[in-house]
Amino acid sequence: MRRMLRSAAAAAAITLTAVSCGSGGTAEPTILQVFAAASLQEPFEELGEQFEAEHEDVAVEFTFAGSSTLVEQIQQGAPADVFASADEKNMDKLAEAGLEAAEPVDFASNTLMIAVPAGNPAGITDLASLTGGVNLVVCAPEVPCGAATTTVQEAAGLELSPVSEEQSVTDVLNKVTSGEADAGLVYVTDVAKAGDAAEGIEFPESQEAVNTYPITTVDGSTNPELGQEFVDLVTGEEGQQVLAEHGFGGA
Amino acid sequence: MRTLPRWILLPAGLGALFVILPLIAMAARVEWSGFWGLLTSESSLAALRLSVQTSLTSAAACAVLGVPMALLLARSDARGMALMRSLVLIPLVLPPVVGGIALLYTVGRQGLLGRHLEVLGIHIAFSTTAVVIAQTFVALPFLVLSLEGALRTAGTRYEEAAASLGARPSRVLTRVTLPLVLPALMSGLVLSFARALGEFGATITFAGSLQGTTRTLPLEIYLQRESDPEAAVALSFVLMLVAIVVIALAHRRRSP
Amino acid sequence: MSLVLRAAVAERDVELDLEVAPGETLALVGPNGAGKSTALSLIAGALRPSSGSVELDGRVLADARTWVPPHDRRVTTLSQDPVLFPHLTALGNVMFPLLARGAPRREARRRAHAHLAELGLSALAARRPSQLSGGQAQRVAIARALAAEPRLLLLDEPMAALDVDVAPALREQLRGFLAERTAIVVTHDLLDALALADRIAVLEGGRGVGIGPTAEVLTRPRSPFAARFAGLNLVAGRWDGAQVRLEDGSSLSALCEESPGTQVLAAFRPAAVHLVEEGGLRRTVRALAPRGDLVRAVTEDLAADLPPQEVARRHLVPGSAVRLAVAGEDVTAYEA
Repeated sequence: MRRMLRSAAAAAAITLTAVSCGSGGTAEPTILQVFAAASLQEPFEELGEQFEAEHEDVAVEFTFAGSSTLVEQIQQGAPADVFASADEKNMDKLAEAGLEAAEPVDFASNTLMIAVPAGNPAGITDLASLTGGVNLVVCAPEVPCGAATTTVQEAAGLELSPVSEEQSVTDVLNKVTSGEADAGLVYVTDVAKAGDAAEGIEFPESQEAVNTYPITTVDGSTNPELGQEFVDLVTGEEGQQVLAEHGFGGA
Repeated sequence: MRTLPRWILLPAGLGALFVILPLIAMAARVEWSGFWGLLTSESSLAALRLSVQTSLTSAAACAVLGVPMALLLARSDARGMALMRSLVLIPLVLPPVVGGIALLYTVGRQGLLGRHLEVLGIHIAFSTTAVVIAQTFVALPFLVLSLEGALRTAGTRYEEAAASLGARPSRVLTRVTLPLVLPALMSGLVLSFARALGEFGATITFAGSLQGTTRTLPLEIYLQRESDPEAAVALSFVLMLVAIVVIALAHRRRSP
Repeated sequence: MSLVLRAAVAERDVELDLEVAPGETLALVGPNGAGKSTALSLIAGALRPSSGSVELDGRVLADARTWVPPHDRRVTTLSQDPVLFPHLTALGNVMFPLLARGAPRREARRRAHAHLAELGLSALAARRPSQLSGGQAQRVAIARALAAEPRLLLLDEPMAALDVDVAPALREQLRGFLAERTAIVVTHDLLDALALADRIAVLEGGRGVGIGPTAEVLTRPRSPFAARFAGLNLVAGRWDGAQVRLEDGSSLSALCEESPGTQVLAAFRPAAVHLVEEGGLRRTVRALAPRGDLVRAVTEDLAADLPPQEVARRHLVPGSAVRLAVAGEDVTAYEA
């Protein structure tokens, strides 16, 4: 909603400028387009507000979606100034397309965690307790969180038999919070997002599949300096603090 | 045709293109060299098999539940029938995701019925049954509507004649009413089969996604998009072919 | 009695009292809305009486407590539309009531063939209804109705939809079938009543207004509708021993066996009416229409069938004033 209002305001501003072209003098906000992985929505919106507070006449506009979708959109010519990916694979895709304006910087990490419904009705304690007669839901191996799941499973030497392999981490979390599943493997940040509806259980094997988030400015950006300033904010002390509050690990 | 103004050809033609062009565009993107391999991969075959199996079951379930509903809606003048008709239409206008959520709260583990089923040892969540339930939910109105329309068109005079010749109500139903609306019943079944085959939203929300158990063709296509877009296109193409065959069947049935 | 219908349907303002003897055919005639369809619905079981009862062969079909569903009444309806089941052959249609009554397939097939043969339809046994002409379809419908072996056959304008060149033969066949069967035939056609009915009941405004043997009702009609149905003019008056005195002061010679002073009805054929210069009944022509080799002049209440030459000579047009006369031996007067 906030984003929509902001875009509406920006659009209105542009219209105004167009109308009052001859008279001159009305300040027109510069728009910074940030394409970011869906899991970054909450910390990035906070940082966006900070950024706008520090930069007069700048409006930050976010597009949150799956990293692969975002890369595809940028390749198709979507006007992105900054791209923050949830994994290195998709950042590499951007590089292959020659669209990176700078060397990507890792700014956050995320690890898997066992999510259980509030009260942990199935009494899950660790990864091993997910194997016997538990309604376990994980991500499908085709998507990044599923790849991570496969890695930790192999590291633990376990054969998990999930009842469902979901499309996205959100789908996994929903199955847990609605009580359909006894447990699910999701990211630490997702458990934080779920609030009271889910509880998180850490397990040591999660360190085998640490997901690193890289960020970079995009080639062809109309505001390369501004983009770099946003990257600096994210990688800087302030950014790291906000990310940590939402459960992200350091890079 | 002669009474129509010529200019309507333009919007009508654009409309036709609007429907046909995406299909052509998709067909053009199919990688024909690897097509067969993509189709016959283990996961594709499993999804195809599951889809056909669950859709057939759903179509049968639609017949079992939908035929009596259509009969009541078409023939009963009891109060509340108008309301019933509107209610039956709901799955048709509901976004499938919403249908999935509603089903979750009905037969899910903590749902209205699911709670009690769990006690009886019946687990619906994450099972193929859940897929069939989701598909039946969205496909039922297609059968009910097409059959109810046909029953109204057929009228009651044949049924009255049959009763006057001494046939009991069950005999009238099986020997007169149903044979008379057989073409509509068949096209209704075909349509509900097709709707079940294409079901995505309610299934992904409610049934889960596991190869061979709950991952139907549309779910497989959506998942393959993440890692192997070419396989997704190939499977989409197959689904499109099935849709074309189904529509041809339904149309042939309707206008013999 | 076979059928005893003594029932009312309040919301249609219909109150009927009819009886049909075993083996008898009763014709129900009356203008539209007179209650004919209501009578059939009550008997067939499409309608519940609000009071009274319907009994057939001593069994109550419907009253305040009893309701026998249509399929269990042994009452079969034959309407102007044959309503043959389109998904069955002619033979299949005729087998339908036999199978419904529990006959084994082989037996049903044999008897259905016999019924078709009776109506001269053997060659058409394998045809679908869509491959039959209107007359053929109606004959299959008759065979099917007979195969149901109803205790009471209801015929609802059975000939109304047929071509004029098909109807007479079918009427003749039907007359044979109805000879020993109990039936009610609703018709607008005088020929149907003449050929098929033993008695005629005239309904008007939801009530019976006259019932009697066919010849009686057709020669001595008791209501304007019955007179019209029989093709007769009807006037009311008082018999003074020599003439019928009408209310407007005019009078008619008539054959009458009633005692003087009796209120009577006088009936006479339109063809017996001629025009006179003096006296007679003064009327105004409302409409003229051809009728065979005559011209029918319709006045306020009477019809006169006149030779065209007469109409031309007098320059009759709608609006012309005429004096109508009829010879005494052509008028039948009887107690009202």
